[in-house]
Amino acid sequence: MKFSDFIAPQALVPILSSTSKEAVIGELVDALVTSGNIPAADRDDIIRAIMKREELGSTGIGRGVAVPHTKHVGVDRLVGTVGVSQEGIDFDSLDGHKAELFFLLVSPPDRPGDHLRALENISRQLRNDTFCRFLKQSKTGDDISQLLKEADDNHFGS
Amino acid sequence: MSQSLSTATVFVSNPQGLHMRPANLLVTTACKFSSTLKLVREGQSVDAKSILGILTLGAVQGSQIDLFADGPDAEIAISTIVDLFQRGFDEPAE
Repeated sequence: MKFSDFIAPQALVPILSSTSKEAVIGELVDALVTSGNIPAADRDDIIRAIMKREELGSTGIGRGVAVPHTKHVGVDRLVGTVGVSQEGIDFDSLDGHKAELFFLLVSPPDRPGDHLRALENISRQLRNDTFCRFLKQSKTGDDISQLLKEADDNHFGS
Repeated sequence: MSQSLSTATVFVSNPQGLHMRPANLLVTTACKFSSTLKLVREGQSVDAKSILGILTLGAVQGSQIDLFADGPDAEIAISTIVDLFQRGFDEPAE
């Protein structure tokens, strides 16, 4: 699976303004609502579900990366977005460091395979230091879009 | 203690596959052992102590995974991890 299969280009947030876990999840969900990728009526419920998932164990997986996610009936296909925080946000990450790169995913309840393939793609790209560095340096949605496209075209190897 | 090698083959039994929560449980468990631990799926080998590594396997339900441990506690590490797979990572049925 490629980024272009699930990342909504109109929902990218290159400069996150949030400073807390709950706020950044809200900010990214709002970006998906505004871009028409998830129904506004489901906004609060999706945020609640993502926070509930975080209580089971942080999705801050280290390397300054967090992948908050949930399954929800409000979407009929996997949708996601990317956000970047320059200051970093305390996300209760496994390694104790702040998270700077966020991949938020919402998937239909009956598609566990798609969710796994998205995680596979995200984790494969994140293992590449150059990809992580460029993503942290992104200043605009276009910067992120371009980077994701290059990743999809295997510019970062592995 | 002498060095030892231990291996086993397991299958992903939980319906959601090896997603983030089971991967995290696997890493937490693997890190309790001093042996090096590897998971191999379809020729791709990853460190069982790295969550990013495990997630790159994209292991759906039914995937076959070969486990390799090398070190003083290899045998107990393998049996503990095999047990984790057999319990389906204690995931609630959906």
